[in-house]
Amino acid sequence: MTDDDRRDAVTPQQRQEPDSGNAPAVPAAGPAPAGEPEPPEGQPVPDRFEDPGLPEHRPRSTDRDPRAARRAEFQVAALFSLSVTGTLLALAAYYTVQVEDDLGVAELLGRLRLSTLLLGIGLFLALFCVGAGVVHWARRLMPGEEWTEHRHVLRGSDTDRAEARRILADGAAESGLGRRPLIRNTLVGALALAPLPAIALLRDTGPLPEDSLSRTFWRAGLHLVRDPEGGRIRPDDLVVGSVVHVMPEGVDEAEHPLEERAKAAVLVIRLDPEDLDQESLGGAHEGIVAYSKICTHMGCPVGLYEQQTRHLLCPCHQSTFDVSRHCQVIFGPAKRPLPQLPLTVDPEGYLVAADGFREAVGPSFWERG
Amino acid sequence: MSVTDEPAATGAGGEEIGVPDGTDRGTGGPSTAGPAGSGGTRTARAAGAVGTFADERFGASRIVRGFARKVFPDHWSFMLGEIALYSFVVLLITGVFLTLFYVPSVAPTTYEGSYAPLNGQQVSEAYASTLRLSFDVRGGLLVRQIHHWSALVFAAAILVHMFRVFFTGAFRKPRELNWVVGVVLALLAIFEGFAGYSLPDDLLSGTGLRIASSILLSIPFVGSYLSSFLFGGEFPGEAFIPRLYTIHVLILPAVFVLLISAHLFMVVLHKHTQYPGPGRRDDNVVGYPFYPVYLAKAGGFFFIVAGITTLMAAVFTINPIWAYGAYDPSPVTAGSQPDWYMGFLDGAARLAPGWWEFTAFGHTVSLNVLLPAVVLPGVLSIVAILYPWLESFVTRSRREHHVLDRPRNAPTRTGLGVMAITFYLLLLVSGGNDIIATQLHLSINAITVALRVLVIALPPIAFLVTKRICLGLQRRDRDLVLHGRETGRIVRTEQGEVYEVHEPIDERERWRLVQHQAHRPYEPPSPDETGSGNGHSVTVRDRLRSRLNRFYFRDRVDPVTPAELAAAQASGHGTGPGHGTGEGRSTEAPSTEAAGTTTER
Ligand code: HEM
Ligand code: FES
Repeated sequence: MTDDDRRDAVTPQQRQEPDSGNAPAVPAAGPAPAGEPEPPEGQPVPDRFEDPGLPEHRPRSTDRDPRAARRAEFQVAALFSLSVTGTLLALAAYYTVQVEDDLGVAELLGRLRLSTLLLGIGLFLALFCVGAGVVHWARRLMPGEEWTEHRHVLRGSDTDRAEARRILADGAAESGLGRRPLIRNTLVGALALAPLPAIALLRDTGPLPEDSLSRTFWRAGLHLVRDPEGGRIRPDDLVVGSVVHVMPEGVDEAEHPLEERAKAAVLVIRLDPEDLDQESLGGAHEGIVAYSKICTHMGCPVGLYEQQTRHLLCPCHQSTFDVSRHCQVIFGPAKRPLPQLPLTVDPEGYLVAADGFREAVGPSFWERG
Repeated sequence: MSVTDEPAATGAGGEEIGVPDGTDRGTGGPSTAGPAGSGGTRTARAAGAVGTFADERFGASRIVRGFARKVFPDHWSFMLGEIALYSFVVLLITGVFLTLFYVPSVAPTTYEGSYAPLNGQQVSEAYASTLRLSFDVRGGLLVRQIHHWSALVFAAAILVHMFRVFFTGAFRKPRELNWVVGVVLALLAIFEGFAGYSLPDDLLSGTGLRIASSILLSIPFVGSYLSSFLFGGEFPGEAFIPRLYTIHVLILPAVFVLLISAHLFMVVLHKHTQYPGPGRRDDNVVGYPFYPVYLAKAGGFFFIVAGITTLMAAVFTINPIWAYGAYDPSPVTAGSQPDWYMGFLDGAARLAPGWWEFTAFGHTVSLNVLLPAVVLPGVLSIVAILYPWLESFVTRSRREHHVLDRPRNAPTRTGLGVMAITFYLLLLVSGGNDIIATQLHLSINAITVALRVLVIALPPIAFLVTKRICLGLQRRDRDLVLHGRETGRIVRTEQGEVYEVHEPIDERERWRLVQHQAHRPYEPPSPDETGSGNGHSVTVRDRLRSRLNRFYFRDRVDPVTPAELAAAQASGHGTGPGHGTGEGRSTEAPSTEAAGTTTER
């Protein structure tokens, strides 16, 4: 292969010769493989134009005029020098623009921006100018003539093929694989089974899901507390139209607080009881309703409440839930309503869960039913 | 250029076997083969010694002879793959720097650093270390931003490169497998980007992970198990970020390096394709020698790409995680947007209507998630992977193709490509439907409904329009060959006839316009035909092929033949007065036209 290529590399000086042959352009890729006709393309079209061959190389100004070449040389050198300047700028920025601990936020971000900018521009000059210089050098000063190299069909010659086939057949015969099915079959069996332990080993990457997707931290009697500021809630704290982000009390002391928070987040909204349908009223307390904040589409927190329409909007893919109609989906890619958390008050008048969620919160899964 | 077949590292090296120390002798062959016979200089001697050393250890001279002068064609569109390659290198370099400071753990810690608003807060190690990297490591933010910008450029370059390859037909035999490697690289680029995006454990990346876990959950039968195994329990868990880290910095980069090597190896093996032009044939390759011209251009281009991404990172903030805050599953992330290469999946998820989810036999099947997030990318990749074989099935072309198609000369393929781009862009736009709604003050529901319609209706229209445009351009090419170029010179004949003078185009320019071969629709062999492969009957395969073939090639414009050109010139429609477009020529003036031609010649 390499030997052929070497022979065929044609220098610009030699080039005219193979190309002035005006070989027809398309079907020239060597002899067509035997027995592979090409009906749509193979019909001889006698009246095609002939390939006029490569155009004469037109010398560039740098080829003709030594002064132009000299100018290009200076330009390249100037670019390389500019790169050095960039490197120095980057180093200077690194050592002079410091971000100190006790700055105000605005000043800190300003300083950070300046440091990033100066360092970045320095590095940009350092890198870009090397690149621009080298490319300019190649385009203006290195030889501008194109070369021609032959291509060979990738397939081997018929002799190569016959020989390869023979070698493979011989080897197979020598190994005796065909003659000794016992060896072949046991080998196949052994190789097929060998990966099993590897798969088994992956088993401990995580526990079985069991009912984890259907359980949340909520149970009857748990207080609703504001999130993130904390504090229990009395119905009187909420005026009609207000929204509170809520977690179950004690969730941060749970064994896996983040995992619990990811399922237990709830949105509490107070509406005029007139505006709630029968179903919603079931779990409501004086017009106060609580719904899971975990979108039933892909689990983003649904948190954009529009007071006039009483719609909840998910920021991820814009599923829209109607709070006055039991959080039915009225638009978007979610299918199921947000599950409702039934509410009541404890003897001291604080809002508590009357029960846990009655269905799995969040995105759908196969076992959900 | 005086010595072309005597590369620098060859020469008498082979004869020096047995000489214990070659470094201090000026007689090493290589130096005499050096440029301008700079025989005795110190550098030449040193180079000769290195060359000798390398040759005697691994036969460097043969490698240089075989490889150094390989010819690479030059065209701006061939730089797209290079941009992908170089941004990958930039990603590797900047990524290694980031690993020095990033801590892949979600163990809780108290952030103490320069950014006062978060000081003293309980956050994960991952988030805290990314903050430290941004604020307290000098240049850390710059490197983070270079890394992120390069990832965006990488994905974009791959996509555009892929379309370059598609529209020019560079995927045809013998490059089908390189196309497949390319599609896999494109897919992996999306995964790799997503994995990286998730590492800082900020509010947006956590939201992305939450979505990833829901996508896993939507898979029938095994979804909840997959999620539980991957996350090491419930979402978010403590296992996923460290695991993702290993995937992001070790597994996928290794696969990338492997696949990119295979990709480039095949490019060298097949030799690069070339655009059609005089002297460029399927059995040659015309371009610049690898060493030194192509090496310099490509090497220089690496620095240009690296420099420009650095400039982008210096000027434009990207992913300011301190502004988003640490991940917490409950706060709302209004207007959250993924990186652009995820955008089309996000858009598809937004368009899928909720009623696609259903419950059957006590099980929930969430097609509203499964179809856009799993099936769509899967089907798109499979179609892309199989396309080269689909086309060769239709054309029945089994030869090697090294001269690229001009996209207009393959109208159906070009139409299909534009159709795919239209589909993709509409999904991408859908990923920003909320932004469009607020910008245009339209209802988001109306926009989403409109996009649902458009994503189905527009791609076929794009196909038809593109195909028409291609055929039109081919006709223009024919006109140009038959009637020459408009010169803008208006001539008035003695009879008062006014026309525009056309100039003939030269034979090299003409070659570019006539070199291609138009496909003929394929006729299935008739049953009684003998020796037609399977002479006995017309198979389903034949019929399918002929139907597809008609779809591809029914509308076509053949290139001008010499006979047609001669006829056009003879009839006076040649390079004289304007023709074809019908402008500047009255219908009943054939005689004046002829007169015009003669005066011109
Ligand atoms: C990591 C991503 C990729 C890198 C680093 C890369 C790099 C390159 C480079 C440097 C070339 C040679 C120059 C050129 O034609 O642009 C090339 C050629 C090629 N690439 Fe890629 N590429 C990538 C992804 C892809 C993708 C996504 C596809 C298509 C699905 C693809 C298909 C091809 C093919 C078929 C060739 C040969 C083209 C020809 O010879 O004209 N590559 N690639
Ligand atoms: S996650 Fe809420 S709409 Fe998708």
